[in-house]
Amino acid sequence: MIPVIYIPDDAAALALGADKVAEAVAAELKSRRKEARIVRTGSRGAVFLEPMVEVQTAKGRVAYGKVKASDVRSMFDAGLLTGGHHKRWLGAPDKIPFLARQTRLTFARCGVIDPLSIDAYRMHGGLAGLRKALAMTPAEVVKTVTDSGLRGRGGAGFPTGIKWNTVLNAVADRKYIVCNADEGDSATFADRMIMEGDPFVLIEGMAIAGIATGATKGFVYIRSEYPHAVSKMQRAVELARKAGVLGATVLGSPNAFDMEVRVGAGAYVCGEETSLLNSLEGKRGVVRAKPPLPAIQGLFGKPTVINNVISLASVPVILDKGAAFYKDFGIGRSRGTIPIQIAGNVKHGGLFEAAFGMTLGEIVNEIGGGTASGRPVKACQVGGPLGAYFPTSLFDTPFDYEAFAAKDGLIGHAGITVFDDTADMLKQARFAMEFCAIESCGKCTPCRIGSTRGVETIDRIAANIEPEKNLALVTDLCNTMKFGSLCALGGFTPYPVMSAITHFGEDFRPRPMREAAE
Amino acid sequence: MLQPASTQAPADVAPRTAAVVDALRGLEGPLLPILHGLQEEFGYVPQESLPIVARALNISNAEAHGVASFYHDYRKAPAGRHVLKICRAEACQSMGSETIAARMEQLLGIRFGETSRDGAVTLEAVYCLGLCACGPSAMLDGRPIGRLDEEAIGEIVTAVRQ
Repeated sequence: MIPVIYIPDDAAALALGADKVAEAVAAELKSRRKEARIVRTGSRGAVFLEPMVEVQTAKGRVAYGKVKASDVRSMFDAGLLTGGHHKRWLGAPDKIPFLARQTRLTFARCGVIDPLSIDAYRMHGGLAGLRKALAMTPAEVVKTVTDSGLRGRGGAGFPTGIKWNTVLNAVADRKYIVCNADEGDSATFADRMIMEGDPFVLIEGMAIAGIATGATKGFVYIRSEYPHAVSKMQRAVELARKAGVLGATVLGSPNAFDMEVRVGAGAYVCGEETSLLNSLEGKRGVVRAKPPLPAIQGLFGKPTVINNVISLASVPVILDKGAAFYKDFGIGRSRGTIPIQIAGNVKHGGLFEAAFGMTLGEIVNEIGGGTASGRPVKACQVGGPLGAYFPTSLFDTPFDYEAFAAKDGLIGHAGITVFDDTADMLKQARFAMEFCAIESCGKCTPCRIGSTRGVETIDRIAANIEPEKNLALVTDLCNTMKFGSLCALGGFTPYPVMSAITHFGEDFRPRPMREAAE
Repeated sequence: MLQPASTQAPADVAPRTAAVVDALRGLEGPLLPILHGLQEEFGYVPQESLPIVARALNISNAEAHGVASFYHDYRKAPAGRHVLKICRAEACQSMGSETIAARMEQLLGIRFGETSRDGAVTLEAVYCLGLCACGPSAMLDGRPIGRLDEEAIGEIVTAVRQ
């Protein structure tokens, strides 16, 4: 048996030098006249251990972490091909605490298999969900998804099955499945990782959505900042067509479903579903007023399922293992698992898939290991640029849609940015307004103008110009933006701003007082 | 983008535009793919191309211009030989990206949105590359770079100056 060496080519692993490691491994094999197959995989998500190299041995896989190209020679000297000990040695990947504590349902294959091998996909349970869906009626498929309790993982948390049911019941000559892969929120990379590490699971999920609702055409709209994900998805779609997963007869059934990969053009607001639809149609990415819902009049005016990558990628395992299996994980009305992305100033950053219900403190301190800088944690922004800043006093909040809403926050796409005590929360609040001003589509006034006025007002607070009056003005402005904006961009920008003001009021005090206090 | 709009389009802009349009006009919602195609063909989206696109898709010149100018990606003028994007979003901020960003402006002698005078490099801000657990991050000519520090910055500057 030829040994197999697994080296990720996930963008985060590449950013940390995985290609150089792969080149060094190939060169070392050549100079030692050893034979081994190098397989490029996605990432398992332990970004702090990347580049993580694994080797298949008689006793299972053995992992090596934080590998540098300069380590490779000594790794071979230490018996890399048989899993020999070395300073980079981590042992069995499943036993690494960060990975062992996870519940990998959606990300089961990510980082494990060759993302572009449909045989490997099948061998690891792929296509079982689609096969089951093909043997069911559309209404049964929709019911399974509804019963699983799956809620939109893009941020809104709307029940996926209910959305699908609306499209199923809509009568039209054409229906669409649109996958929202415009993952623009800072601290989120779950969509990117699944597209790079297990693209077939997204294709399978979209095909199931098509069968369930009677849609025959799908689009994946991927942001242009993700060139690696774009190329992986494009190649995977071609391979899926060749394998008969996509096309006129999905897996030999009478159902037709095909899809295209489309690339965004750098507009954050296109992550909002209606502006994404406009963008796909070739228009400015301007938000549409709802109603009509996209499920009734979506892409090109036709009934459209528009779901986030992770929602769709979670569907195959739900169909394969059943609604009850999935629903068994989680708490309250947050069922199943959620890929939490631990990011920013954190020691053990990466993707951590777990059932809902862990507390924010457990995630940041136990899993994440506290800050990378070693300084105390000051704040965590949960849910991207539109999410609230949580102080450590709220670290007992369980990861659950309703629990976060009750604390004036949101889970969003489950990204967490950790900040240490050097963070200036007034600056962060200002940035939230500035970002909204840069990215506003311009359609509604509270977002378009409110964000700019917000930056100016926060600047006046920073300059100690009538701070009390201006703080009251920002609060009032946030209220207008929250209730008067058309979409979540203007509507949720108040979350980071108001949470910064509420929980970190000392950062908004007049400068001389702050300096005196320091 | 901040580049001047005075770029002179190549003489064969019309036939090259037509070729891009013809290859993609059959798609559903072809305008964004066509604009991406034009940027790939010319390195930017020439103003001269837009009326040709508009005519082919039966939309007004204003609509074509409106779409091309809405999206951050479409350039009005060619970029430098290298394009360096530095992430300035929250996760990278928490790791000190603003210091990195200021240092890079200083070392390259240009501000964000500008191209160096010798045409070597265009410096752009990006709001998230999905490399949030290994920030501060950047992308140089499509190649991701994580954990930017003084040494990594030096290597980037050397690479773009060559």
